[in-house]
Amino acid sequence: MQVTMSINGQEHSHDVEPRMLLVHYIREMAELHGTHWGCDTSNCGICVVLMNGEPIKSCTTLAAQAEGEEILTVEGLEKDGELDPIQMGFHECHGLHCGFCTPGMMVTGNWLINNHPDPTNMTEEDIRMAISGGLCRCTGYKNIVLAIRWAAAYRAGQTPVGAND
Amino acid sequence: MAVEPAPGKTPDWLELATGGVTEAPIGFGRMKRKEDARFIRGKGNYLDDVRVPGMVHGALLRSPYAHAKIKSIDTSKALAHPKVAAVIIAKDLETLGLAWMPTISYDTQAVLAGDKVRFHMQEVAFVIAVDAYSAQDALQLIDVDYEVLPVIVNARKALDPDAPLIRDDKVGQTDNLASPTWEAGDKAATDRVFDEADTVATCDIIYPRCHPSPMETCGMVADFNPTTGQLDIYNGNQAPHAHRTVYAQVAGLPEQNIRIMCNDIGGGFGNKVPVYPGYVCAIAGSIVAGAPVKWIEDRSENLVTTGFARDYIMHSQICSKGGKITGLRVDVIADHGAFDSTAQPTKFPAGFFHIVTGSYDMQAAHCQVKAVYTNKAPGGVAYRCSFRITEAVYLVERMVDQLAMEMNVDPIALREASFIKPEQFPYESPTGWTYDSGEYQKAMDLAKEIAGLDELRAEQQEKLAKGEIMGIGCAFFTEGVGAGPRKHMDILGLAMNDGADLRLHPSGKAVVSISAQTQGQGHETTFAQIVGEELGISPNDIQVRHGDTDKTPYGLGTYGSRSTPVSGGAVAVVSRRVRDKARLIAAKMLETTPDDLSWEKGRWYVKGDPSKGADIEDIAEYAYGPNPMPEGLEGGLDAQAVYDPPNLTYPFGAYITVVDIDAETGKVFMRRLIAVDDCGVRINPMVVDGQIHGGLTEGVGIALMELISYDESGNCVNSSFMDYLLPTAMECPDWELGETVTPCPHHPIGAKGVGESPTNGSPPSIVNAVIDGLYHAKGIKHMDMPCNPARVWAAMNGTAQPPQ
Repeated sequence: MQVTMSINGQEHSHDVEPRMLLVHYIREMAELHGTHWGCDTSNCGICVVLMNGEPIKSCTTLAAQAEGEEILTVEGLEKDGELDPIQMGFHECHGLHCGFCTPGMMVTGNWLINNHPDPTNMTEEDIRMAISGGLCRCTGYKNIVLAIRWAAAYRAGQTPVGAND
Repeated sequence: MAVEPAPGKTPDWLELATGGVTEAPIGFGRMKRKEDARFIRGKGNYLDDVRVPGMVHGALLRSPYAHAKIKSIDTSKALAHPKVAAVIIAKDLETLGLAWMPTISYDTQAVLAGDKVRFHMQEVAFVIAVDAYSAQDALQLIDVDYEVLPVIVNARKALDPDAPLIRDDKVGQTDNLASPTWEAGDKAATDRVFDEADTVATCDIIYPRCHPSPMETCGMVADFNPTTGQLDIYNGNQAPHAHRTVYAQVAGLPEQNIRIMCNDIGGGFGNKVPVYPGYVCAIAGSIVAGAPVKWIEDRSENLVTTGFARDYIMHSQICSKGGKITGLRVDVIADHGAFDSTAQPTKFPAGFFHIVTGSYDMQAAHCQVKAVYTNKAPGGVAYRCSFRITEAVYLVERMVDQLAMEMNVDPIALREASFIKPEQFPYESPTGWTYDSGEYQKAMDLAKEIAGLDELRAEQQEKLAKGEIMGIGCAFFTEGVGAGPRKHMDILGLAMNDGADLRLHPSGKAVVSISAQTQGQGHETTFAQIVGEELGISPNDIQVRHGDTDKTPYGLGTYGSRSTPVSGGAVAVVSRRVRDKARLIAAKMLETTPDDLSWEKGRWYVKGDPSKGADIEDIAEYAYGPNPMPEGLEGGLDAQAVYDPPNLTYPFGAYITVVDIDAETGKVFMRRLIAVDDCGVRINPMVVDGQIHGGLTEGVGIALMELISYDESGNCVNSSFMDYLLPTAMECPDWELGETVTPCPHHPIGAKGVGESPTNGSPPSIVNAVIDGLYHAKGIKHMDMPCNPARVWAAMNGTAQPPQ
């Protein structure tokens, strides 16, 4: 079947099997390898992308379900050579080690900052709850929390605090 | 070792992105990571990102039974599938000589089961199809006729006379003993110490089976070129050079024709040390199909069949005299599963478990380990651990708490009374280790100070009066990491030394090639910092090359916290060789003698006249230019080294955990975890902190959540992240770290390994906290991990069962 969607503002249209998962559409058809796959069961959050602005797990979404929708992947965070604050935050705060869960974590963090009523005053619980759909074996989450906080402060023009400050 | 935060140049990618300036120390110090640039853009190059022209896809058919004879395999329907290129079963591999492969422990493991299957989800057939979906479809078309056999999954019953024989493939094997009993320490001396003891505590302690579960599963792309005989392998493994040697032996291919490329790896934690049947199938598949074959396992395959960790059943006694710990004995049954592929150096069948006396100056100790086969997946890898030290630390730290209960003393005070004292180093342990350095009390004091121990004990009493359960636990660990000295250890006959190759270019910029294999540890930054420290070059001007056997010197890879102790030593030594050569050249440039020169970071200068000198960049330019060289010296500025560590390094730490336990449900809430680590000199404290954070999280998982278990039929019941629970951000507290620095006396830069310290210290600290809570509230003296709500509830209600 023909499946058409917008990924990072660009239209993609491919003839695929109806059973094709969205994560495979993104990786194999659109050839965007930044979105990773981790578990099959919606537990690890490695494959999170935004669909119409909301985080979804692309390993348990059919490509056909994204027909006509707008998808944002990690590759869409950087705009015109400018990193999104969430990307800068992960670097500034050592919020990544192996980098495998990072795209899902950053996309989720980006969503949280854009949707939280008061991003510069998020509680520890707010941030931890938001990323609890994702698993990370390397970082212990502390610096991911810090990175999201950094990005929120940076976006608001405040002085952000990184891992070395 | 002073940190000089002199500003370095910002790499272009970051300058462009942030418009800011990133400061890099010339050498050691906090520095953001160079490798982040690709990862934060989704531009890492992990295994599944590899695309080779003409690539086809493999999938493994796995056994639904834990123990069954294979009567027949019919692949005809799968072969008729229009998108299937080949189906490989054991008899096909026999013709290639690839039906069995050696394990790390000199056992043999079936690549594809031919005679019978010996564990749930064992590999039976390998399908190659044009796409991954079709390969999965074709698996359903293979008919295997099994005759189900009795199953053994309980290691305690594996040696019963009526136990079914699992390894009937091994000539002369008549029972399920995997290796003879191995001993360390002095049994008679230990008996004497126990005879003279004031107090003895006895406990059965299980370190249950768990799994490293890196977020990226295992896989391979194998590309065999029949015309040239060249085999290119893309793989995410922790020891590419050792893997290449193994493939050369297994497949009979010339070693120089095999190239392994490990690009970016999505975590390893020991799980990516072994060679797996899927890898050999991918290689065989590429040879058979005449095309590159990609095989990537799914999460269930990773959890159920690849390198598990621990599975030690430990019966132990510990004793004291005069208020100090004096002796320890341990009798272990190690469950190796169906094939012994335990990761450890050859001479140590129980790894480094015999470091079990820990941080205490005991008079004597004895341990013995007996290993058995069961119908469970093989493995025994060191999950963020240096060869069974995690088991040893857990055992001794739990036993110290048991002893403190018997003596009715504070467990931290008992530890302090028994510590090896600073003046006793180098310390010869009763089981044969030579600890290099330690200041244990200093680390313990800092942990107590951060925790506010007195206030916590007071709060615990108040809560107890209200019927609330709060627990405080401590663990103090000592590890031996950085294997290792060639006189003492090897793996499969390969000495555990690491090479390094450093080339300065005419511009003074450098490439350093290493054999260590990062899986996220930040090697591209920290190894550049070592060169920077030694030569005075900005780490931003140093490229670290790794992960490609064609481009890097031989070495045994990254596990057992050996990167900094071994490869770090190699990089320091090779940098000093370059510096020594630079001195000779500088003498020629400055028209003086080498003896007349002194070094300061980045330049050689004339003693007594510091204004007269040569920067390392100038020396490099001179060395490659058309200039006269000193007598007998070749042009250029580079060097090679192979580092043979004189000893392991011995990091240590003091951990304190505070938990709250729901008295109704048994749920344990991690309130605080204080981790004071001493890993000697820290190259990049930011990276060290990050390593500790990650290890603490895995420790929380092991202590509270992670368990690989089996039903009576041998089915692994933790086959997805629905059933094998990893900690999320919600289960983890905001880690509280502290540091002391006791430089390693024998390491070139005074550093010790650190990546695994937190996984050693945190499980006993957390379990001791849980039991402390349960003891004060309910009088419960012991329970086994994982302390999940169901198990804690059972313990509270007197129906606790050992994990199985």
